[in-house]
Amino acid sequence: MLPRVTDANSHFWRGGEHGRLQFLRCTPCGTWIHPTSPRCPACLSKELSVEAVSGRASVLTYTFNHQPWVPSPDHPYPIAIVEIEEQEGLRLMTNLVHVAGEDVAIGMAVQVVFEQHEDVWFPLFEPADPKLRRGVGR
Amino acid sequence: MSLRRKAAITGIGQSEVGRRLMRDPLDLTLDACLAAIEDAGLTREQIDGLSTYPGAMGPAGFSGAGISDVHDALRLPLRWFNGGPEHPGQLGSVVEACMAVACGMANHVLCFRSVWEATAQGKGRRQGLGVGGGAGGGGARMTGMMEYTIPFRAYSAANWIALYAQRHFHEFGTTREQLAWIALNARRNAALNPKAIYREPMTLEDYLAVRMISTPLCLYDCDVPVDGATAFIVSRAELGGDLRRTPLFVESVGTALKGRPSWDQFDDLTTMALRDAGRALWEDTQLTPADVDVAELYDGFSFITLAWLEALGFCGRGEGGSFIEGGERIGLAGELPLNTHGGQLSAGRLHGYGFLHEACVQLWNEAGERQVPGDPQVAVAAAGGGPLAGCLLLTAT
Repeated sequence: MLPRVTDANSHFWRGGEHGRLQFLRCTPCGTWIHPTSPRCPACLSKELSVEAVSGRASVLTYTFNHQPWVPSPDHPYPIAIVEIEEQEGLRLMTNLVHVAGEDVAIGMAVQVVFEQHEDVWFPLFEPADPKLRRGVGR
Repeated sequence: MSLRRKAAITGIGQSEVGRRLMRDPLDLTLDACLAAIEDAGLTREQIDGLSTYPGAMGPAGFSGAGISDVHDALRLPLRWFNGGPEHPGQLGSVVEACMAVACGMANHVLCFRSVWEATAQGKGRRQGLGVGGGAGGGGARMTGMMEYTIPFRAYSAANWIALYAQRHFHEFGTTREQLAWIALNARRNAALNPKAIYREPMTLEDYLAVRMISTPLCLYDCDVPVDGATAFIVSRAELGGDLRRTPLFVESVGTALKGRPSWDQFDDLTTMALRDAGRALWEDTQLTPADVDVAELYDGFSFITLAWLEALGFCGRGEGGSFIEGGERIGLAGELPLNTHGGQLSAGRLHGYGFLHEACVQLWNEAGERQVPGDPQVAVAAAGGGPLAGCLLLTAT
């Protein structure tokens, strides 16, 4: 199931087409904003622009979903909340990929990879350490 | 200005509760509503307020009736009404009724919550997806909060709560063997509740052996969908003395939410909105957690109860696991009897209202075999997980 892409969120859902993980950022105070908003929640400015982050993040928490809510060949699969390196509290819910289940841990350094579904690119995260990467798909 | 003791619960009602009752959800709702009106010794002509969560909305089964359904079915002469999903938790609809009577907008507010999830899931093959927001189906595209969860196949509140539980396990060393006691205690109490859904004994070994849903949560950490409705009469405190029952005064309420209103963006991933609501419960009362005789704390997923225990100050932050371990402290004869009817885990998912109902039953000493000994005088009822949270402190004197 895909997100509805709008003018307000296309930078996030389609940034992956060009390999970029993008968020809104406040021009006056520099705060990164997610999910999107018409104003900066820190200083209330409307001067916001789209900027790309490095794509580096760390795992704040995770769960392996076992329940077949929707039929899928890859249960259990890991869902995580990751924190983007650029700002404390800049977080995404996502999936961890290219990783062995036993290596998944809170605090693990990860980096973004993109997976295209129709007209959107999901930001997923794989281990930053090449030694922990596995070739398995999602 | 304070809400303290300005409102009282003067009547309660509950419909038949069961799996796949295949009954009209409005019919169930009216059973509960009429039972509550009669319990208070009122007639429907005296009901001048109506309040509910979440109002008429999807997905199928999530809401059995809205304000207009009940208003019209009972032809109530309303002076005030209120229904919708954006309350401080399910019990926020009861808190708002308290506010309405406290400021003279109504004398007697009928509050109700009905669900028919068991029948909806059986009929429509709905699998409990997207609880709280309506995931939609088919080719629908996600918006709002679902936009940032469903694409990553985090379909269920089970996944979202599991993320919090895992973080709590990580920071505080909480274990599944500890968390199990929320489910085991609930089952132990459900065995004494004739209306509970699951009453057969459960052991720690059973808990540890059952299949995982979303680590670290297993099947027994998840509540059981049912059909059923629950209702309350909230009256102006000064009118309570003229009614059939001893009024149960609303001593204080907790409705605060200072962190972000989100399943995944809340600042502390070891707790939830209930952190703020739980703390706020004690800001307008002389009572303290030590005064509480019985606690009925939401267990849509077991971890939520543990988080409420910490939020309400029954134990310190991070100490929930050791607080419940072994189950003695939270048993019917323990220092803090917890979820005495079996909670949603074993008695059925009446979605928050079941906890307040049981708090009233206990304070009126009508719980039969599961009655907490010693004539309990003070109870907490709390509901909600994720960004939803609200709680009430009731006293029988």
